[in-house]
Amino acid sequence: MSKLVSLNEAISRNVRDGDCLYCAGFTHLIPFAAGHEIIRQGRRDLTLARATPDLLYDQMVAAGCARKIIFSYMGNPGVGSLRILRSEVESGRLEWEEYSHFSMISRLQAGAAGLPFIPMNQTGATDLERANPNFRRVVDPYSGCEVIVVPPLKPDVGIVHVQRADSSGNAQIWGIIGEQKEVAFASERVILTAEEIVDEEVIRSDPNRTLIPGFIVDAVVHVPYCAHPSYTQGYYDRDNAFYLEWDKISAAGPEAVKAYLDEWVYGVKDREEYRQKLGPQVLSRLQVKPRLAAPVNYGEY
Amino acid sequence: MPTYTSSELMTINSARLLRDGDSVFVGVGLPNLACNLARRTHAPNLLMIYEAGVIGARPARLPLSIGDPTLVTGAASVCSMYDIFTLYLQRGNVDVGFLGGAQIDRYGNINATVIGSYDHPSVRLPGSGGSQEIAAWANRCYIMTPHQKRRFPEKVDFITSAGFLDGKGGRTAACVRGGGPQAVVTDLGILSPNETGELVLTALHPGATLEQAIANTGWQLKIAEPLRLTEPPSAEELRILRTELDPAGIYLHR
Repeated sequence: MSKLVSLNEAISRNVRDGDCLYCAGFTHLIPFAAGHEIIRQGRRDLTLARATPDLLYDQMVAAGCARKIIFSYMGNPGVGSLRILRSEVESGRLEWEEYSHFSMISRLQAGAAGLPFIPMNQTGATDLERANPNFRRVVDPYSGCEVIVVPPLKPDVGIVHVQRADSSGNAQIWGIIGEQKEVAFASERVILTAEEIVDEEVIRSDPNRTLIPGFIVDAVVHVPYCAHPSYTQGYYDRDNAFYLEWDKISAAGPEAVKAYLDEWVYGVKDREEYRQKLGPQVLSRLQVKPRLAAPVNYGEY
Repeated sequence: MPTYTSSELMTINSARLLRDGDSVFVGVGLPNLACNLARRTHAPNLLMIYEAGVIGARPARLPLSIGDPTLVTGAASVCSMYDIFTLYLQRGNVDVGFLGGAQIDRYGNINATVIGSYDHPSVRLPGSGGSQEIAAWANRCYIMTPHQKRRFPEKVDFITSAGFLDGKGGRTAACVRGGGPQAVVTDLGILSPNETGELVLTALHPGATLEQAIANTGWQLKIAEPLRLTEPPSAEELRILRTELDPAGIYLHR
């Protein structure tokens, strides 16, 4: 059954004010186009969860979409701080809930696996445990030692970008696979965006590469260049220059941030217009040369 | 004698701490340079593991972010974040972790979370990321940081990652498997834990003085006997760093 819809439709049907939203992707495959569509549709009071909020959540918070942030590393990777999030947290305007990467990902794993909580070994660093009441301790019934536990994270909506999917949402990812699978299984509703929509037979030619099965997906959207300024392995490179540029824009103050949003989010209709606006120079700078994997033989049985 | 920057000095001295065959949890920036330098010199069998879930990376270019696509192309394996933190780190398959932070205290505890109070921060820092678990579970941890008094307080404002907590027994009491910080490499010298877990000065770099090290540490810095003098960076180490690893000087600040 085809679940193909436009991005506009996928967001308006599945993302509601007050939802907990998880846009997946550890540096790789961050669904910027979907976040920008949420900004354009004016969603409010969202709880934004991501291990690394990245520029996307900095922009969504700047646009007034969020009430709360759940995170484990609030930096601009390789550059410095996420200035908007940081100032919102420092001023107390934005609610926050903080984890380490492992405890954040463990929450998703528990959500994805249908567990009531999930244990982790102790780390000795107890200050975060004291700051966030979601960290608890239980006694291991086998050894008698205490372990740390966290509850499941079950976002209302998970958005996952992939290299290719068929129209019913069977999705294949390669490169850094971060927490995409866990987000898809943990979330109540799943929006899948894909660089390419391929025939079901392409997916079935390499089933081991399918991380997300279509039957847990609610909407499938064809969005080439969805991840820019993040990247899609084998399709286009990370726009490191823009990550540096955002540091300057967000340092320059609210006017500069508003000007950026006006031009690049509110000022374009969709991702295709955004892609064309980037222009041939940027697109060619981010082009990657192909490097193919050796084919594998599944055998005829 | 060749001249060099503080970043080059710290990177080269950190690279020398790595052993051939070590599996290393690599961070971006200077730790990435140190590991790649070690792999091109005395440790050709270094296994580089990246937090993003990449094992046996052979980056062809300098990665700006921890999840750069160059880490994946040509790597031995890629796995999920849950797998990297459980199968690799928690299970005890990582020999060395690199850490950094805004503050490091007398017992090697690190703060990368907040300056001031947690609920009403005066400066909000990025937070743990992977460092809480790296510090706990890697067999050995190394820290690279410029030697400045504000970075070396007696006690950190917030323990993001555990060093020896209140002293050497602290880790055992908390059932923490890893060996903790083994060396803090600064631009003046190297600090290492003594038998109580307190960081003491064990080596000075050429040209640095005891007085500088003492004046730039926020506690009464003890000096190890005998105090070692590090070998100056060699021409070959500097050549690899400058021409092969960071030709644009992005991290080496040349």
